[in-house]
Amino acid sequence: MTFDTHYFDIGRLDRLSYKNTFVHRLDPRVKVIATMLFLFTVISFPKYEVVGLVPFFLFPALLMAIGEISVRFILRKVLLVSPFAILIGVFNPLLDTQTIAVISGIPISAGVVSFLSILLKFALTVSTALLLIATTSFPGVCHALRRLGLPSLFVSQLLFLYRYIFVLMEEAMRITRARDMRSFGTRGSGIRVFVRLIGTLFVKTVDRAERIYYAMLSRGFKGDIPSLGRTGIKAADLTYLTATVAFLAVFRFYRVTEGIGRLAQGLMQ
Amino acid sequence: MHMADALLSPAVGTALWAGTAAVTGYASKRLKREIDDRMIPLMGVLGAFIFAAQMINFTIPGTGSSGHLAGGMILAILLGSHAAFLVMASVLTVQALFFADGGLLAVGCNIWNMGFYACFLAYPFIYKPLAGSGQKPARILVASLVSAVVALQLGAFSVVLETLLSGKSELPFNTFVLLMQPTHLAIGIVEGFVTAGIINYVRSARPELLECMTMPRPLGASVSLRKILAMFVVLAVITGGVLSWFASTHPDGLEWSIEKVTGKGELPEMAQGIAPVLRRIQEKTAFLPDYNFKPAGNEPKKEAAAQAWPGIEAGTSAAGIIGAAIVLGLILLIGAGIRSFRGRDT
Repeated sequence: MTFDTHYFDIGRLDRLSYKNTFVHRLDPRVKVIATMLFLFTVISFPKYEVVGLVPFFLFPALLMAIGEISVRFILRKVLLVSPFAILIGVFNPLLDTQTIAVISGIPISAGVVSFLSILLKFALTVSTALLLIATTSFPGVCHALRRLGLPSLFVSQLLFLYRYIFVLMEEAMRITRARDMRSFGTRGSGIRVFVRLIGTLFVKTVDRAERIYYAMLSRGFKGDIPSLGRTGIKAADLTYLTATVAFLAVFRFYRVTEGIGRLAQGLMQ
Repeated sequence: MHMADALLSPAVGTALWAGTAAVTGYASKRLKREIDDRMIPLMGVLGAFIFAAQMINFTIPGTGSSGHLAGGMILAILLGSHAAFLVMASVLTVQALFFADGGLLAVGCNIWNMGFYACFLAYPFIYKPLAGSGQKPARILVASLVSAVVALQLGAFSVVLETLLSGKSELPFNTFVLLMQPTHLAIGIVEGFVTAGIINYVRSARPELLECMTMPRPLGASVSLRKILAMFVVLAVITGGVLSWFASTHPDGLEWSIEKVTGKGELPEMAQGIAPVLRRIQEKTAFLPDYNFKPAGNEPKKEAAAQAWPGIEAGTSAAGIIGAAIVLGLILLIGAGIRSFRGRDT
């Protein structure tokens, strides 16, 4: 992934959160809790579970549909980060060769099933985590985390980091562009030049932090970044949370998918 | 080396979340007492700096492949343990949220693996004693190299342990260690050189920056004790590394994993032929036998599979697959339905 796409991708995820839909209007705290519960439920499934995981795609699908988030964008981001999970999971079919099912003559080994299970869990957890930001905005999540009890120093840290990512990334982009303009072939891409570039960027960054600090002091900074928005938990938030919990409980503890399959088999006969 | 949610079990994920949360709470509390407000914007902007620095690539000498900075060590050296840990935690949280690099549950593991060791072990017990007062470039280079390598080795080893304890992957312990440790040795050496280079550059360009940042953390009188401790840590890591190397360079094991990684050789036969050997090694080195550490032991595998997969009969799995197809179809329909409905609305 090249520099520019990396940069513009963050910007795009950020802009998605400016929309004003039902999901976007929900209280950030509720969304954070619902997302964590969802992730926890998904990874609590045993290693060989595949069928039971399928209904859980309803959750990200609904969020994308109601929140008007582009499916293709989320899919692309999920694919981009998939190598590590695939690298670790791909050994399962090779090492766990016990046959556990035969589907239309083709034997299926336990390893294939557990690999499939890892892939499904990966797609579910990554897409839901991305959707949390896409429907809530990063500052929204940060303030929610503070009100849920995270240390305020850490939350300020997150907010600062987020604010200056865009500024410093543009600076880094200018630096690499300048290096590329002056380099020919592999010249200038070595470690020596890199160290100088990073060193310069660091010095500039520290100077910038100094200026930011004085600017903030003159505006009344006392070591904390408070949020102006005073949101309360409304009926819609409670409904959303209850519905999510009910959904998770039903599909975690009852084998709904197989039931539907049996019903279809019965109808066909 | 970002862990992913999909490879974690709830127990392991929660345990490391709790550990990381505790350390984060402790570090913020300590910082609140020690630092002035000036540090807060500095820490935040340095987090963004790590991000920007990771975007700039360089060519690793001799290999032609490109690398970038991980950043844990350099933050620890510039800011001290507590502040550096908070900055690393925030960087990894943003990576989890924006790039989905490692998930929201795995973020506990990731902060632990990439933040804790660098900030709370490698920096105070290895870098500080080795670098001394931080005036000689050569000492800074040695100290950065050793501490970056140790921090990355510990981190990589934690990834192995976390994955195996979660039991979602079938990779046997020895193979996994053999995959992770040498790769991260190389990464650690590069990271060490880069870290030392940046510190030395900043020291020569703007010495007052390093001084004012390192001032409020005097080494105190406990240097000698720290030195002894550091020696012990280094010794333990080296012994552990060498021992695990011997354990895993059992000739068959090595050949086997290399062929496995490169995809050469006939795999099923290979697994069969090597199974007894591996099982013997496993029996010798086995700990926590209840977890899925066993490589290709056939009998226990059968049992486990039967337990975790209650309905082996064809009927159940057929119903499952049909059901899954129908559910997926329904989800797609619902999604598309809502979308087109809203499209008409607006």
